Amino acid sequence: MSAILLRAMQKDQSGTITAVKVGGELGRRIREMGMVPGTRITIMGRAPLFDPVAIRIMGGTLTLRNNEADHIEVEIANPGENL
Amino acid sequence: MATISIALAGNPNSGKTTLFNTLTGARQHVGNYPGVTVEKKEGSYTFATGEQATIIDLPGTYSLSAYSMEEVVARDYLVQEKPDVVINITDASNLERNLYLSTQFLELGVPMVIALNMVDVAQDRGISLDAQKLADLLKVPVIPIIARSGKGTAELMAAALELAKENAAWNPLHISYGEDVDLALQTMTERITAAGFMTENYAPRWLALKYLEGDNQIRKKGRAYNPALDAELQEIVTTVSAHLDKTMEAHPEAIIADHRYGYIKSVLRQEVITHKFDVDRLHASDRIDKILTNRFAGPIIMLGVLMGLYKFTFTYSELPVAWFEAFFGWLGTNVETLLPDGHLKSMIISGVIDGMGGVLGFVPMIMFMFFGIAILEDSGYLARVAFMMDRVFRIFGLHGSSVMPYIVSGGIAGGCAVPGVMAARTLRSPRERLATLLTVSFMNCGAKLPVLALLTATFFAENQAQLMFLLTLLAWVVALLAAKFLRLTVLRGDSTPFLMELPPYRFPTFRGLIIHTWERTWQYIKKAGTIILTISILIWAMMTFPGLPASEEDNFTRQHQEILTASPGPAREALKNEASPLPEEALQLKKKLTALDSEQAGRALRHSLAGRIGTAMETVSWLPGFDWRTNIALVGGFAAKEVIIATLGTAYSLGETDPEDTASLSETLARDPHWNPLVAMALIVFVMFYAPCFVTVVCISRESGSWKWGLFAICFNTAFAFSLATLVYQGGKVLGLAG
Ligand SMILES: Nc1nc2c(ncn2[C@@H]2O[C@H](COP(=O)(O)OP(=O)(O)OP(=O)(O)O)[C@@H](O)[C@H]2O)c(=O)[nH]1
Repeated sequence: MSAILLRAMQKDQSGTITAVKVGGELGRRIREMGMVPGTRITIMGRAPLFDPVAIRIMGGTLTLRNNEADHIEVEIANPGENL
Repeated sequence: MATISIALAGNPNSGKTTLFNTLTGARQHVGNYPGVTVEKKEGSYTFATGEQATIIDLPGTYSLSAYSMEEVVARDYLVQEKPDVVINITDASNLERNLYLSTQFLELGVPMVIALNMVDVAQDRGISLDAQKLADLLKVPVIPIIARSGKGTAELMAAALELAKENAAWNPLHISYGEDVDLALQTMTERITAAGFMTENYAPRWLALKYLEGDNQIRKKGRAYNPALDAELQEIVTTVSAHLDKTMEAHPEAIIADHRYGYIKSVLRQEVITHKFDVDRLHASDRIDKILTNRFAGPIIMLGVLMGLYKFTFTYSELPVAWFEAFFGWLGTNVETLLPDGHLKSMIISGVIDGMGGVLGFVPMIMFMFFGIAILEDSGYLARVAFMMDRVFRIFGLHGSSVMPYIVSGGIAGGCAVPGVMAARTLRSPRERLATLLTVSFMNCGAKLPVLALLTATFFAENQAQLMFLLTLLAWVVALLAAKFLRLTVLRGDSTPFLMELPPYRFPTFRGLIIHTWERTWQYIKKAGTIILTISILIWAMMTFPGLPASEEDNFTRQHQEILTASPGPAREALKNEASPLPEEALQLKKKLTALDSEQAGRALRHSLAGRIGTAMETVSWLPGFDWRTNIALVGGFAAKEVIIATLGTAYSLGETDPEDTASLSETLARDPHWNPLVAMALIVFVMFYAPCFVTVVCISRESGSWKWGLFAICFNTAFAFSLATLVYQGGKVLGLAG
């Protein structure tokens, strides 16, 4: 178990959000889409130019830019441990 | 019983529009909320019991904060209009996220029924939901429906009717947001209640909550209402914020959001929702995405799809556009024969019919474009395009979704800025949207092409194809740089958060597509029609009045007579009787007369207001090398770029010049000493970038919600085009290219 930034996550990697460190409009948008501590996410893939990133969250798919993903810390599930 | 008012609210993509259409059918009314460009849709519904209801489709939002226009509109409607019932439509396959908005409705206390939509999709994904359990936990009716087929809607409406009849007071839900926040809430609520602070509209605890969330709209109202209490409340907020920041490194609004989700999770955990499959299982939609957004295949397929949309819009609309043109041509001819010669006739033909033709001629094209976009939008592909293109467009301060308007406007040469401007509707971020609106008109639309083709063919015949391609690239470069410039100056500001849902791919329904297409097309007709008619008549008047002085008119009449008298009798007879084929002599005569008429038209044009403006403009237009003839043509080109060639022809006394057949104009220009490749180049860049045609200006104004932006487009583009053309011409002269 280790906490990293969402930006650093690899494709198909899963984890649980531990912190969202941003306020204002961006913070609110991030939270209202369900990205709050305790939520599980999986990286679905990245756009052809490696940005934005698409993630699976609460049964839906969400995209956000890398610089927006920088505010989100994720605890990575150990490989193979697919909760 | 009076008509019941029902508001439909829910997340984007939850099926709100589908439900609204299912419920109201064709009985809809689309308008705007006062003062903003957010669409307001209303419809009526008749219950099985005979009661009537008005259904209001609120804008789709993820939350009830006050960050976007949509959210403010939705919230104000609920608070001020107090609908009898709110139907909160939720996507059952994505319930947890959808309940975030529901929770906020509950906090507000509105009487609410939850419509659990897309249960068919949920079922396919192995999600089963216990609606009864959810209803018990949330204490509101929960009705599973399939909006697409109408299944469950009768039960839904029955539940809504029952709730409306209860006419119960609003009953806000109190959630615990953690000890610190709760404590602050309590203190603030007490003070608000004691002071009667805006309590006629809002519940005290809800107001306190909004203060803690840092809600600008509520704060502003509070400050105006009671500055003293506002300051007091704000002080409490500052204290808790500082405390929370120290102890938990978090803002109150973050903690509140976390607790809302905590509440939702605690509800769902009580056996409301069960997953048959692994949550991470790939849905069919994900497998499609593996190809359509693939690093290599994705962009290629996208290019194909965009080209396809483009072809579809402009190729298939050709036929109906031709019908429209034929119809207006026919109308013109009829008026021509029916009305006596004179200003009235000229106004009806050149002002009214051509003007209306100009607006309505776009209709088939716009319909096709909206239909194509509706398919891409409803199927979910448009969101993927934005996803793939965002990285590139962001560099220029735009959004991934800007690609569509650019392409439609002429990103592939030959589009049209009018549907392009309207395609910008799919953009949800305000600044990026405005920057897109203001720059799409730089693209080489189909009406600029004949001008570019004429000039390149006349002066750069050897390299025409390469040059035309370079001009398309130039349009892109200029449009993107202009967007960047605007985003650094007048539209300065951080980029709107990109955060966007990629909805699952779905087959669009035909009915949905038709409604989408028609709604937007009709709005275009309504909005553009009236204003354009006025401007069109105005431009006609400018090019007609004042007429030639009587002495000169007489002069032309005399010359006309002289030519006739000088000609042999049989030729005159043949021309009069419209014999065909005309004998050689009659042809000669006709040619002479036409030449005279053309000269008269040319003189009249120069004498008219437009001509005087054109002549007066020579005081500055020598900079980019334009003479008065070009100036008039450019003034006329503001009506529609197609007019440029026709007007240039008239100014050169060639009579009406058909943009499709420019041989004689081309020859004249090539021979004219004033013209050379450098002047041509300066004119090319000027035509590419100067003021958009007024149909586009009207659309920009409408879509941006303000005439200010339409005016801005005219001035900004013209100033830019003028500078660039001057640079080309003067620079070229310095380099000795004027040859
Ligand atoms: N399978 C299924 N599809 C549905 C159902 N309801 C709506 N859809 C589809 O879901 C898609 C989105 O529906 P809309 O009605 O456009 O959603 P909306 O909430 O109005 O979304 P916005 O227009 O983006 O605000 C459309 O393709 C619908 O055909 C349903 O009950 N079952």
